[in-house]
Amino acid sequence: MSLASRERRLAWALLAPALLWTAAFFLLPFVAMIALSFAHMEGREVVQGFDPDNYSRILTDPVIRGALWNSLQITVVVTVISVLLAYPLAAIIAFRVPARWQRLALLMAVLPFWTSYVVRSYSWLLVLGQNGVVNKALLGLGVIAEPLEIASTRAATVIGFVHFFVMLLTLTIYANLIQLSPNYSRAAQDLGASRWQTFTLVILPLTLPGVVTGAFLTFVLCIGDYITPQILGGNTELTLPQLIMLQLGRSGNFPLASALSVVLMAVVTLAYFLSIRWLRLDRV
Amino acid sequence: MMRVLTWAYLAAAYAFVFLPVAVLVAFSFQDGRLPVPPFKGVTLDWYAKVLGNDDLVAALLNSLLVAVVSSVIALLLGFLAAHALARVRLPRSALMRGVLIAPMTVSYLIIALGLLSLFNMTGVRLSLWTAGIGHVVINLPLCFAITYAAMGDHQRNAERAARDLGAPEWKVLTLISAPMLSAPLAAAFFLSVTFSWDEFIIAFLLTRFDVTLPVEIWSMLKSGLSPATNAVGSLVFLVSVTLVILLELTVFRKRP
Repeated sequence: MSLASRERRLAWALLAPALLWTAAFFLLPFVAMIALSFAHMEGREVVQGFDPDNYSRILTDPVIRGALWNSLQITVVVTVISVLLAYPLAAIIAFRVPARWQRLALLMAVLPFWTSYVVRSYSWLLVLGQNGVVNKALLGLGVIAEPLEIASTRAATVIGFVHFFVMLLTLTIYANLIQLSPNYSRAAQDLGASRWQTFTLVILPLTLPGVVTGAFLTFVLCIGDYITPQILGGNTELTLPQLIMLQLGRSGNFPLASALSVVLMAVVTLAYFLSIRWLRLDRV
Repeated sequence: MMRVLTWAYLAAAYAFVFLPVAVLVAFSFQDGRLPVPPFKGVTLDWYAKVLGNDDLVAALLNSLLVAVVSSVIALLLGFLAAHALARVRLPRSALMRGVLIAPMTVSYLIIALGLLSLFNMTGVRLSLWTAGIGHVVINLPLCFAITYAAMGDHQRNAERAARDLGAPEWKVLTLISAPMLSAPLAAAFFLSVTFSWDEFIIAFLLTRFDVTLPVEIWSMLKSGLSPATNAVGSLVFLVSVTLVILLELTVFRKRP
């Protein structure tokens, strides 16, 4: 056996556990889920088979279509707002805060990122609720006469999401900005570019891959999240993950839940192909 | 003008980011039954109540167990795979990198649902271990990506030298590669632990009788607002922040 082929064998042996784990507990379940999405329910029994009914139901049922539409709207709005808020924050920390304070400033800016995800949504309920801090403060100041209804609305869901993703995006965008050599902007300014031109024509394009990668992660995490809309959004308008969980809980309708998940997956895949030009997932 | 705007933005951002946490912690000391204004005075009763709650303490220990065990497995598998792919040029290595990273682009809900279907079909009973399997699935890509990105020529040369001197591969791994990568390995491990111990949806769908802390907190929420939930949340925050600060002080301090 030649040295090269022995090397190769060893590499395969080291690689095998990770590949097998991913195949057994990620790819296989995924295939099982797709197969299940073509099954149907008879009473409380799942009947395997090739039955596209679940998908035609998704296309026609107004509740399901509404949930899909809600999820898409919320996710797009959250992603856009989060990027717009996080970019200046990351830029200020990277370019305005003195170097020795930068890590501390960044650490502080994302510290609440490390609170429990469930508890964070609950905390926003305390802030935004009928008797919450915001309402009590505004009532006390005489700005409003009646408490605002923010909790249990889409606004609360969006605020809760934006809070989380601003922190995530600040981290990823900061990591990109700090890697940029200052020579780029120096060169641009030597060549007569204004500060605004330097930003839009040099800095922004150079950081675009990082921004798009962060935005893509935001999209994936946001559209698949059950907790935030469930705690903050109330039950008046459902998102896709809430609908999936309802199918699992109340009726035990695994086939429909699987079909809905496949649709969710398809939406994420679409987002992936739209952003693939700039994605750098292996360098997050 | 620009300066004022800059610092005002920074201050506003910090206020926004810390607002819910500040409210959470402040009202965990509420001497009353509702964690909303007005503030009625300071008490530690809720902390005593929470720490005396056996279900919560059991859930906390379950969470730690699942987090540590699943992170160790994810780190080990991710590190070995990264080592193999960084070392030898294998056919279709880009495809394999893609397969290993793929779970990162899939919602946790879908991973959980897929595993739930698989376990149902094969008759595997749900337990902390099934949740742990799910956590390895989500943390493996992270551990792989972090260690793979950290492997460079410098390290490859050191490994090659060790091999030339007759070291068997397990010695190369344990005596050369792992120590040289101690910082990224530690970072990957602690990130995995923090993600796993806080993860909700996989733990919720894949556990049955023994549950993890986020699932236990979730069932507390169903009984409405209570300063007890604030107290649990504040404690979780304290633990996570301590972990992050330790990580910052030990691992990242060493980086040039």
